[in-house]
Amino acid sequence: MFFDMSEEIKIKRGLTINLAGEAEKTVTEINPKYCAIKPTDFVGVFPKLLIQEGDTVKAGSPLFFDKYHEQVHFTSPISGKVKELRRGEKRILLEIVIESDGKDTAVDFGKGNPSKLTREEIIEKLLMSGIWPMIRQRPYSIIADPSVKPKAIFISAFDTAPLAPDYDLIVHSNGDAFQSGVDALTKLTEGAVHLNVNADAQPSKVFINCKGVQINKFSGKHPAGNVGTQIAFVDPINKGDAVWYLRPQEVLHIGRLFLNGKVDATHVVALTGSEVKRPHYVKTKIGSSVTDMIKDNLVSDNVRCISGNPLTGRRIEKIGYVGFYDSQVSVIPEGDHFEFLGWALPGLKKYSYSRTFLSWLRPGAKYRLDTNYNGGERAYVMTGQFEKVFGWDIYPLQLIKAILIEDVDLMEKLGIYEVDEEDFALCEFIDTSKTEIQAIVRKGLELMRKEMS
Amino acid sequence: MKSLRNFLDRVKPSFEKGGKFERLNATFDAFESFLFVPNKVTYSGSHIRDAIDMKRTMTVVILALIPSLLFGIYNIGFQHFLSHGESAGFWQMFGFGALKVLPIIVVSYVVGLGIEFTFAQARGHEVNEGFLVTGLLIPLVMPPDIPLWMLALAVAFAVIFGKEVFGGTGMNIMNPALTARAFLFFAYPQDMTGDKVWIAEKADAFSGATPLGHALVGEFDKIPAPIDMFLGFIPGSIGETSTLAILLGAVILIATGIGSWKIMLSAVIGALGFGYFLNLVSFNDYTAIPAHFHLIMGGFAFGVVFMATDPVSAAQTNRGKWIYGFLIGIMVILIRVFNPAYPEGVMLAILLMNVFAPLIDYYVVEANIRKRLKRIKPVKA
Repeated sequence: MFFDMSEEIKIKRGLTINLAGEAEKTVTEINPKYCAIKPTDFVGVFPKLLIQEGDTVKAGSPLFFDKYHEQVHFTSPISGKVKELRRGEKRILLEIVIESDGKDTAVDFGKGNPSKLTREEIIEKLLMSGIWPMIRQRPYSIIADPSVKPKAIFISAFDTAPLAPDYDLIVHSNGDAFQSGVDALTKLTEGAVHLNVNADAQPSKVFINCKGVQINKFSGKHPAGNVGTQIAFVDPINKGDAVWYLRPQEVLHIGRLFLNGKVDATHVVALTGSEVKRPHYVKTKIGSSVTDMIKDNLVSDNVRCISGNPLTGRRIEKIGYVGFYDSQVSVIPEGDHFEFLGWALPGLKKYSYSRTFLSWLRPGAKYRLDTNYNGGERAYVMTGQFEKVFGWDIYPLQLIKAILIEDVDLMEKLGIYEVDEEDFALCEFIDTSKTEIQAIVRKGLELMRKEMS
Repeated sequence: MKSLRNFLDRVKPSFEKGGKFERLNATFDAFESFLFVPNKVTYSGSHIRDAIDMKRTMTVVILALIPSLLFGIYNIGFQHFLSHGESAGFWQMFGFGALKVLPIIVVSYVVGLGIEFTFAQARGHEVNEGFLVTGLLIPLVMPPDIPLWMLALAVAFAVIFGKEVFGGTGMNIMNPALTARAFLFFAYPQDMTGDKVWIAEKADAFSGATPLGHALVGEFDKIPAPIDMFLGFIPGSIGETSTLAILLGAVILIATGIGSWKIMLSAVIGALGFGYFLNLVSFNDYTAIPAHFHLIMGGFAFGVVFMATDPVSAAQTNRGKWIYGFLIGIMVILIRVFNPAYPEGVMLAILLMNVFAPLIDYYVVEANIRKRLKRIKPVKA
């Protein structure tokens, strides 16, 4: 090991779920006909539209801004025409669909070497171009507030979630853009920019050779790759702190903005899941339609398409769009079937973290899991389970119960500022009582955010 | 199974809102989900879910109870014929035991599930599976000759006052099965204690004292051989006598991850540790009993493996579980050796620690909170 001499941090708890349908490491290119920006991807943002259906846009043209933070703009990833403003219940804006003109014309924001720009100039450029929303903050996992100086910035360079994309592949031969992005980020904080790499593998040279960052090595099962886990071990969040975080692909977007002076929404997405005929990587654009990716590429019809991984992703239609923050699409079987005495079967093919099914006799097997709850919702009875899969020293069940009774004071004491839905995803997965833990945690975070504002 | 499914689909609407039997919805749901794992799918959050559910969990516990149950049935016959000085074949003994035990199990389930369904119906909840285990635990901690009406009363008391008044499954402070036993222990002591109740239809001339009964009155020479106590050929509650059968259950609970090995191990450490300490300072015959005898006498093994580990009434934090189990172990020995009124201390030790478990957890969680608060101190300074 010739990179940074920092100590390896071992994550002792957790669970890596082996699902079938990992993406093979080949990349095909798709030029999407449609892309969409989904305002619902951005927690707490109230969109104020700047365009109408039929308007012509370039890559980087503003589509809407946030009513509560007017300087935060959201822009089009591609050039073309605003095809549709799709609304849902109560006229809530779901999708702004852009039809590509295939020309890739882009707004010019001007090139610049981030090392030579001031913090304000960098923020200004990121805000105008619509790249800013890629930077998010903890607590609450909302878009970073440009008026705040975070105590540190975290980049998790690997993902341990089921079927997660390999960021080494995504940043491969993009060293310049990555470094340029990091250069911009280092200007945004007085603290460190942490680049957290996987100690269980040989990380990409792009990461190892990156300058201006503190490299931290993590090993262990999922959630070792979650930024929440990494923050908790390196520089935990206390009341009043703000930490910013992003994924490597988002760093590339920032880097390319400064290198090229325009929005280059090129985005690599891992197409994964047991129902995909040929799971692999697709080079496309931000917010790309999944239609072309899954066309003639599914093994069955009754499937669930997810933008993101099966633990934390969002459900999308077969004609849906990849989420703003996602570098993965998962397609798994729907589980809308009854199973006769299913709870009593030996269960060689049923996956369980417990060893109550015989499947634990075949370690290393890959599973084709569907969307069935595998049981009904019950009161919390089992204890000591969540702790085994939660990344750090939080008492998950106690925090969940504090949220359920809306005890803000207790939530704070039990570490609500450190967590986010994804940190609880494994708890939700193994939960014997089949409760909606991630939704509960989001409710708690929103309650806290209102309380603090 | 298609026709069964079709039948259920056909009758389902009349149990749903607006249907003819709307009020029996919880009951229908309980039976339907027993027959078929529901077709309900996730919407958001984790799209995939672990195969385990409450039914599977409780099934595993019941499976773990089977060795104790089977041996208990056999031992009832064995003890009965032994007391009469008659010889009998295996099936004769087993049959005699089965005739004693089956009515007890039936009454326990019918009364308990009846109340559970009624409460679920009234509250509009789904029926929780917890009683499937409680309903079998209760018979196993009863003497074989327990009058059925008494048992029914105890089950009703345990379910209503031990569980439902606290808000139902998951909310109770004390283990319901032990609550049932404690109810009878204090309300009808003549049927729950002494030398006469532990052997079914015992011959009068035969001493029916349990090993702990002998120990209480100082008859240390009459304590059976350790191997008999370990295998379970001694008088006692239906399921408690065979440490070996209980150990089989413990292996199932620990291997599947359903029962807490932390609680079991720490209780054994507590009992052995305190027992050895008493051996060391030994000042009377009882303190001189080898410490490991305590593990195979009376209800220690059964209580520690199946009662102390009840996740709802035990300590919920991992560190709390160590403390909780350890104190149960100590408390058992304390009551057995030093309390002249009660020969056995397992039930009371566990119930007492059930009450203290939330306090233990409170301090464990408080330590976590303090650690979190300490982090911000340097900033203030």
